[in-house]
Amino acid sequence: MWPIFHKFGSPPWLYAISGAILRWLLPITLLALVTGMVWGLLFTPSENVQGNSYRIIYIHVPAAVVALAGYYVMAFAGAISLIWRMKMADVAMKAAAPVGAALTFVALFTGAVWGKPTWGTWWVWDARITSMLILLFLYLGVVALYEAFDNKEAAGKACAVLSLVGMVNIPIIYKSVDWWYSLHQGASIKFTGETSIHSSMLYPLLLMIAAFYALFTCCLLLNMRAELLQREQRTQWVRKLINEDVVN
Amino acid sequence: MQFCARLLRRQLLLAVRRPLEIGNPLLFFAMVVALFPLGLGPSPDTLAGFAPGVLWITALLSNLLTSDGVFRSDFEDGSLEQLLLAPQPLFLSVLAYIGAHWLTTGLLLAVVSPLFALMLNLPVQGIAALVASLLVGTAVLSLVGGIGAALTVGLKRGGMLISLLILPLYMPVLIFGSAAVQAAVGGLPVAPYLAILGAMLCLAIALAPLAMAAGLRISIDA
Amino acid sequence: MPGEISGSPVLAARSLCLERGGRELFRDLSFDICGGQLWQIEGANGAGKTSLLRILCGLSRYGFGGRVERRAPLLYLGHQSALKALLTPRENLALHVSGDGRYAGHQIESALARVGLYGYEDVASHTLSAGQHRRVNLARLLLSDAALWLLDEPFTAIDKAGVQELQALLGSHVAGGGAVVMTSHQALDVPCDVRYLNLGAGQRA
Repeated sequence: MWPIFHKFGSPPWLYAISGAILRWLLPITLLALVTGMVWGLLFTPSENVQGNSYRIIYIHVPAAVVALAGYYVMAFAGAISLIWRMKMADVAMKAAAPVGAALTFVALFTGAVWGKPTWGTWWVWDARITSMLILLFLYLGVVALYEAFDNKEAAGKACAVLSLVGMVNIPIIYKSVDWWYSLHQGASIKFTGETSIHSSMLYPLLLMIAAFYALFTCCLLLNMRAELLQREQRTQWVRKLINEDVVN
Repeated sequence: MQFCARLLRRQLLLAVRRPLEIGNPLLFFAMVVALFPLGLGPSPDTLAGFAPGVLWITALLSNLLTSDGVFRSDFEDGSLEQLLLAPQPLFLSVLAYIGAHWLTTGLLLAVVSPLFALMLNLPVQGIAALVASLLVGTAVLSLVGGIGAALTVGLKRGGMLISLLILPLYMPVLIFGSAAVQAAVGGLPVAPYLAILGAMLCLAIALAPLAMAAGLRISIDA
Repeated sequence: MPGEISGSPVLAARSLCLERGGRELFRDLSFDICGGQLWQIEGANGAGKTSLLRILCGLSRYGFGGRVERRAPLLYLGHQSALKALLTPRENLALHVSGDGRYAGHQIESALARVGLYGYEDVASHTLSAGQHRRVNLARLLLSDAALWLLDEPFTAIDKAGVQELQALLGSHVAGGGAVVMTSHQALDVPCDVRYLNLGAGQRA
């Protein structure tokens, strides 16, 4: 385990391996996104009550699910950076925050677009929307804190602490907000027990969720590579890389 | 534990030497409460309906405003360096700081809150719940605010940032604090809400000092 | 670099290196500091003297390479005096955050008297001058029983007589088996050997 761990701490190795992963992950992600989108939007039956407007769940739900998971990815990276002082974990955490914030924003925006035909209003203060809004604030807090520090190493550590605090708080916030108001439809997807949506609608949704996870990974890796190059711009391997690029 | 008492005494002594610092949050509380009748209209029924939320939000904001200063003056004059180098566990030291902060803001706010509750026409049966929920809730707020203060104390422009960092974390306290008052006004039992606030307080006492200690060590190094 | 070991080291630094803003300030710095030694860190402005002291005392935790072992309680006096303007010198020492001991009233009085603040024990600190602030801070040296003193420019704002007294104090601390690491631009006149640690000599990256 430890040799691998040390490799993760090495920027050139991480840069190379992430490039290799992206080479096959990017096409797969695009394929899954297009397939899921076409399947969901064109080949699923329309819903009894909401008609065609429900189809926005193929973006709304995956974005929301991955946005929440992204916070845990960020907090996990933060924990690694604090415990093992691994600089690459800092890079991962710094890269995850804007991606997660963007996904949260997408979830909120599609929720608003969905709310207009469904409830007749753009914004409802219901439990899930409010929780997502708070999640967006939590993400933006991490981004803002990182930007506020001049010393980027300290910034990474401070954001790690903040994201861990946020991780402890997210269940509390979700439960509080849930309790505070419950107007949304109940949880629709349960992986155990029977599902309340028809399987013809569920499969494309699951595909889209998987595709969004892949998309998140791609964005994370791309972001990390950019951050790596910026942090290591004075080192040998980056100079070599640039020279090779110029020669080719 | 003696050093905790000594730190607490030091912080309280510093606060007492500058009474305006203690008075400011209370004045802020009074002034913001006075804004609501101007904004919402003077009708006693409207005000009574909004009173639990208004009082809690105002308490939360005045707590937020003072949180920024918990470690700032000590950071500026170098005391924080000495605190971090002290042999005593930082966990307990920051608890003493937060304890002093709560005594000079949360406790006082809770004590004067019945006065403002009456001004906003809060029904009398809600006042005990207001004081009790503020006593417990502001302690949680002080602890959470301390995390934000510890993370931003090394930054020149911490003031606005700290609100972005800790307001989302304040929300559960606001939800259950104002719900406790509303329950009391509606004649429902208050104890469950206070129990939940108490549980949050226990969690915050156990975990927030860890985050504050880590935040201070990072800030002093930045 | 003098590396002889007399007595057990109170602080051991191993292969320290520090880079700030793309410039390497020092590299592969290893030394043992033992009781009975006085070390003066020298170097131009920006050579990393204060940074090194902060690494040695443990305030800096990130951004440097190597490791430091601290085996004895230490007392660090930085640029800032850590003095509360709202408290009197007596309160400042009695309620000091570092909490390195609770001192009896007479101990504080005699310490303040020795740093030349007799009669100022109970006036608010904001009425004192900058030099007097530094002197209150120096009184901590008299009160503390830490074996290792890390002093960052201790002579700043101290008058000539005060500098003499402080040097005598450093000498007696070293003679008593303590260790001192300090930064200063002025040559020391102390009754003991001074070891020099020169930063920034031909170490530009």
